[in-house]
Amino acid sequence: MENNMEDCWELAGHKFHSRFILGSGKYSLKLIEAAVKDAGTEIVTLAVRRANTQDKENILDYIPKQVTLLPNTSGARNAEEAVRIARLARAMGCGDFVKIEIMRDSKYLLPDNSETIKATEILAKEGFVVLPYMYPDLNVARDLVSAGAAAVMPLAAPIGSNKGLATKEFIQILIDEIDLPIIVDAGIGAPSQACEAMEMGAAAIMANTALATAGNLPLMAAAFKEAIAAGRKAYLSGLGRVLVRGAEASDPLTGFLHD
Amino acid sequence: MVTINGKAEQAAGRSIAAWLEAAGYGGRMIAVEYNGEIISAAQYPQVILHDGDVVEIVCFMGGG
Amino acid sequence: MTEAKEANSFLVDSARLSEKALERKHELENNPASRKSPLAYFPEMEQLDSTVEAEVLAEMEAYDYNRYTAIDVRRALDHTTCSQEDFKALLSPAAAPFLEEMARRARQETSRHFGNTVYLFTPLYIANYCENYCVYCGFNCYNDIQRLQLDEQQIEHEMQVIAESGMEEILILTGESKVKSSIEYIGKACQLARKYFRNVGLEIYPVNTEDYRYLHECGADYVTVFQETYDLEQYEKLHLLGHKRVFPYRFAAQERALRGGMRGVGFSALLGLADFRKDALATALHVWHLQRRYPWAEFSLSCPRLRPIVNNDKITPQGVGERELCQVLCAYRIFLPYVGITVSSRESAAFRNGIAKICATKISAGVSTGIGDHEEKYEGHQEGTHGDEQFEIADNRSIDTMYADMSSEGLQPVLNDYVYV
Repeated sequence: MENNMEDCWELAGHKFHSRFILGSGKYSLKLIEAAVKDAGTEIVTLAVRRANTQDKENILDYIPKQVTLLPNTSGARNAEEAVRIARLARAMGCGDFVKIEIMRDSKYLLPDNSETIKATEILAKEGFVVLPYMYPDLNVARDLVSAGAAAVMPLAAPIGSNKGLATKEFIQILIDEIDLPIIVDAGIGAPSQACEAMEMGAAAIMANTALATAGNLPLMAAAFKEAIAAGRKAYLSGLGRVLVRGAEASDPLTGFLHD
Repeated sequence: MVTINGKAEQAAGRSIAAWLEAAGYGGRMIAVEYNGEIISAAQYPQVILHDGDVVEIVCFMGGG
Repeated sequence: MTEAKEANSFLVDSARLSEKALERKHELENNPASRKSPLAYFPEMEQLDSTVEAEVLAEMEAYDYNRYTAIDVRRALDHTTCSQEDFKALLSPAAAPFLEEMARRARQETSRHFGNTVYLFTPLYIANYCENYCVYCGFNCYNDIQRLQLDEQQIEHEMQVIAESGMEEILILTGESKVKSSIEYIGKACQLARKYFRNVGLEIYPVNTEDYRYLHECGADYVTVFQETYDLEQYEKLHLLGHKRVFPYRFAAQERALRGGMRGVGFSALLGLADFRKDALATALHVWHLQRRYPWAEFSLSCPRLRPIVNNDKITPQGVGERELCQVLCAYRIFLPYVGITVSSRESAAFRNGIAKICATKISAGVSTGIGDHEEKYEGHQEGTHGDEQFEIADNRSIDTMYADMSSEGLQPVLNDYVYV
């Protein structure tokens, strides 16, 4: 990898330079603009909700125009509901991207992998750029690839928990085995954790709660930006060795070779 | 009565466009589902609401 | 870094060929225009919509192994998982001084995935008729050898002899002639083999998906096809005639076998036919790409070197010495820790003992590459006629000797751990 080579990644033919996908939940609209700017993000997630006329403010007014909107299907409990929410999101005219998020469990908010596969298949056929949020399982990830996903978004830890890479080994397997971008989503609570996921070879990081619960949101957005860039560079540079503890002394294994 | 976003509304006989305007949705970025079908903005003036219809109006909000 | 050795002289004429046959043979050998395109499919050959071949060949083309240095090899050995780039470094000449360290790493990977087990199996050649002219092979259609095809009774008899030795896994081989050794004939052999063995593998001419499905139903579960070389230009010069000449059909054989329901597939280049480092790279990438598409399947690699054949005892494995072979096998193991590695009886007993401790997981025993001579070999008495051998073997240990030898090397010989479903 040359140092000056452009390092970008793609989702269904759309090119991105920032590897930080920013969530917009749980904090005030007024902070979004600063967060987007200081995070250097090019993709922001949104939720779809029933409208009411009491809300005088429109979140879209706070998001710079060049940013790609990634509506999620939060609130969906099965594939059918996720498909419905995705279609409504697209009807608002903000593009074809959708993050599938299907929870059948309200205590831990863990994604339902099998319903997610079904929804991915339906929406990919309808031309959506589908980014499924999932529990990191290799077989499911393969099914998502076959179903037409544009990326796979495994969770690092329960959503909103800020616990970091609890599923590290399994995310690594997805990174090694799946040819689509792996976006680590949910549970990333600190820039150091985002950096570690990037060192592992993740294509991008999605974070929301870590920022929303920080003391200074835009400053934390900037910290994530730098951590993600650092992790990416470390990945591209090829991490150095990790010494295995203990030495091994025995007869040579190759002593039998004779020509 | 027409059920709009879960509330019973006296909207029968009006077009969706007229109702949205009157309710204060004018110019906002929304999507509308009419009896389970998503309809485009171009159809709002043509679709006349009837008693028993169910309408959902959605918008974007912050989310992760 | 390739040692300057005199190239193999493969072409041998037999006095028993008719003038016309000789003329045709020489025409094929000397006039490339007289040969079919190696890319042209025969009408009955199935074509898959697969991108594996293009991907593997492009990577092989681009592989410049002289670009790698000791630093690249060092880095590859320091990594916990071996990337494609790391693998390329391990196959390069720069890795030669690291052979002992590679062997240690390979042993670690082997024991992590396979423990200290080594599987034993026996190949059974049931026919040596062949319609192909592959210049380096003892079975080639112009080679003057004793031809034989076992009938059902003879096959069963051979199987009984082998099964009595305690062997539970068998590999059925034929020369590559669909006319002489039909799918039905091979299917019958599989059905017989199911009676005596728990695991039946096939090493026969490549067939279509439907035929693989039929053979699987007859009891075969594993298909091995050697590509011989992934260098198309060289392939064209070595495989002058017959169905085997069709390079892409052979390349896609494993993929068809898996689609036909086979549990596992085996791969190999015959080292010494072309640039062995490039061939080794392509073989491993062939496995790597198919593993990603068929993750449920089992994969295995072999690593044969060229050997002398009947009527040509001068064939040598061109620059692929034991050290190079060991390097390739260690690199395979480090890059593909989960695959089975079979080491052929073409190699000496000392080599096979040594390599089994590093990275091999499967070893043949009680081998004959001839036709119908297991009884003679196993029980020492001669009767009837035999067909000639495909190549000279270097390790002729019986199953009992092999079992004892592997045990004394600290390995655990396994005859079978297999359930046919």
